[in-house]
Amino acid sequence: MSGETQKIRTTYREAIRAALREALQRDERVFLMGEDVGRYGGCFAVSKGLLEEFGPERIRDTPLSESAFVGAGIGAAMGGVRPIVEIMTVNFSLLALDQIMNNAATILHMSGGQFNIPLVIRMTTGAGRQLAAQHSHSLDGWYAHIPGIKVLTPATLEDARGMLWTALEDPDPVLIFEHGSLYNLEEELAADAGPVGISKAAVRRPGTDVSLITYGGTLGKTLQAAQEVAAEAISAEVVDLRTLRPLDTVAIVETVAKTHRAVIVDEGWRSGSISAEIMARIMENVFYELDAPVARVCSVEVPMPYPKHLEDAAIPQVAGIVAAIQRVVRKRG
Amino acid sequence: MMQDPKPILEREHAFHLLYQMLLIRRFEEKCVELYSATNIRGFLHLYIGEEAVAVGAMQVLQSDDAIVATYREHGHALTRGVSAGAIMAEMYGKVQGCSRGRGGSMHIFDAATRFYGGNAIVGGGLPLAVGLALADKMQGRNRVTACFFGEGAVAEGEFHESMNLAALWNLPVLFCCENNLYAMGTALERSESETDLCLKAAAFEIPAWPVDGMDVIAVEAAAKRATNAVRSGGGPHFLEFRTYRFRAHSMYDPELYRTKEEVEAWKKRDPIPNFAASLKEQGLLKDEDLARMEEEVAAEITRAVEFAEAGTWEPVEELTRFVYSEEPKR
Repeated sequence: MSGETQKIRTTYREAIRAALREALQRDERVFLMGEDVGRYGGCFAVSKGLLEEFGPERIRDTPLSESAFVGAGIGAAMGGVRPIVEIMTVNFSLLALDQIMNNAATILHMSGGQFNIPLVIRMTTGAGRQLAAQHSHSLDGWYAHIPGIKVLTPATLEDARGMLWTALEDPDPVLIFEHGSLYNLEEELAADAGPVGISKAAVRRPGTDVSLITYGGTLGKTLQAAQEVAAEAISAEVVDLRTLRPLDTVAIVETVAKTHRAVIVDEGWRSGSISAEIMARIMENVFYELDAPVARVCSVEVPMPYPKHLEDAAIPQVAGIVAAIQRVVRKRG
Repeated sequence: MMQDPKPILEREHAFHLLYQMLLIRRFEEKCVELYSATNIRGFLHLYIGEEAVAVGAMQVLQSDDAIVATYREHGHALTRGVSAGAIMAEMYGKVQGCSRGRGGSMHIFDAATRFYGGNAIVGGGLPLAVGLALADKMQGRNRVTACFFGEGAVAEGEFHESMNLAALWNLPVLFCCENNLYAMGTALERSESETDLCLKAAAFEIPAWPVDGMDVIAVEAAAKRATNAVRSGGGPHFLEFRTYRFRAHSMYDPELYRTKEEVEAWKKRDPIPNFAASLKEQGLLKDEDLARMEEEVAAEITRAVEFAEAGTWEPVEELTRFVYSEEPKR
């Protein structure tokens, strides 16, 4: 055996499935419920095969009742089991927003600390698949507004594989946003990949001239943009936030203090967004370190259009990120 | 209305029922006073007139059963055994309150009695009850979750979703609908095309029947039959308790939506004096028993108010506690 870690070729989808399987094997209280998670195999085939392996009690198909099955997840978590609730897309999660906001996020506090809710909710988010204006939005940042829940945005295979178990071990509600464009992402992953921390951002590419701060579905595009500007001798550092609540302010501060310039890439809409929050934290903490105004590349403020050319124009793309980097780097402080 | 056979009433049990109803009534009358004196703030929703429902239904639940209630839940909490002092302190907002003062009147929680709130979103508690029952079923525990809600909740999607889910998965939930005829100020016939609520339960194949919610014995008998069925694997059951709220919806309600005559007519069916009268007729209760009981209730409420008054305010430094768990609890 060589000393090197064995690698396997796998996909984001398979990494999540492996994480689900591991969780179901490790803790008999864990179960998965949601629309078409069982017999259909999951809307995005994430849970394919799990029904056969774990049976209908633990791979539990639900009716199209987002509010009831999310609320049932909350009740079940209070009742001592460990539900993983899957919601098909972030837009459908709005049907369960009452339960997420008014119950999951509040009961620990309203009860004076008596009832915690160890619930994990997974959902698909984001655009890029021509699914138009009711299946494509990025509301991850919206959810990050809510105290009482945690918001995770795995952008890599390692995080897709490792965040679930850590979320299940958390005593409070955790929402995991899986970007729909990532499911087919195929890369190498350590064969023994396992749980990862969820409290810190990660530097995915070190650099010295500008910080590119992003998360989820735009990490790949941002890394590509960093690669392109490297040809122009611009050294871009790419920070993957990984978790939007609680936000790793220290990591944001450290990277900006190092490069003195920042571009935020966020598939959410610009107004009142997580990108706005990141800018605010930069202003509050490292304003005097800045050599140029902070820039952002966000989605255009329209409901997501169906035609590919319009959808492409509506969400952050590599060319737009490159242009923003060039503007920020050329500006003198 | 289906009549369950009335059991032979033992004196001790009859006294217990009467005491609990009186405790709710006098406790809430005291709350009104304290509200006027601004010791209690926020919304205050009174259960006065509906006491027989909580008291009758709660008798048949066991200590490891769960309760999910609404923002009109003082009576349920008192009957479940949450101390009057802890509830009163909660309404004062004191740290000695059952929810550390974080919730107030609408959010009474108590882990010791498995009292899961105090939910102020109409219909919002039903999915929680389904989940609590699901956990019990998956863990093989023979428990019941009793979920109280008003007839107003029947108009919410969460009601229909939850009833369907509970029936589909054959979960041990007792759905207790407190039909007091008004969703705040909107009468049932002004909000529902079908006003027979049991038919809605029937649509989910959930056994359901209406109960005279002004008669504590009828409530107890119905709850007993339904709970036994739920506990023995019969799946969810739905009881429609027909009752009436004597007081305004909350302290801000001028009651423009109903007539004084209607209220007075219902007051003739007041569950407390009527039950006391029937006990007297049966020779189970004497005037002096009732007088002594009133004294005991008054003393318990005095102690509760003293407890709340003596309570302390949570230091502002603790404001952000309990947003997330302080230690891993698995």
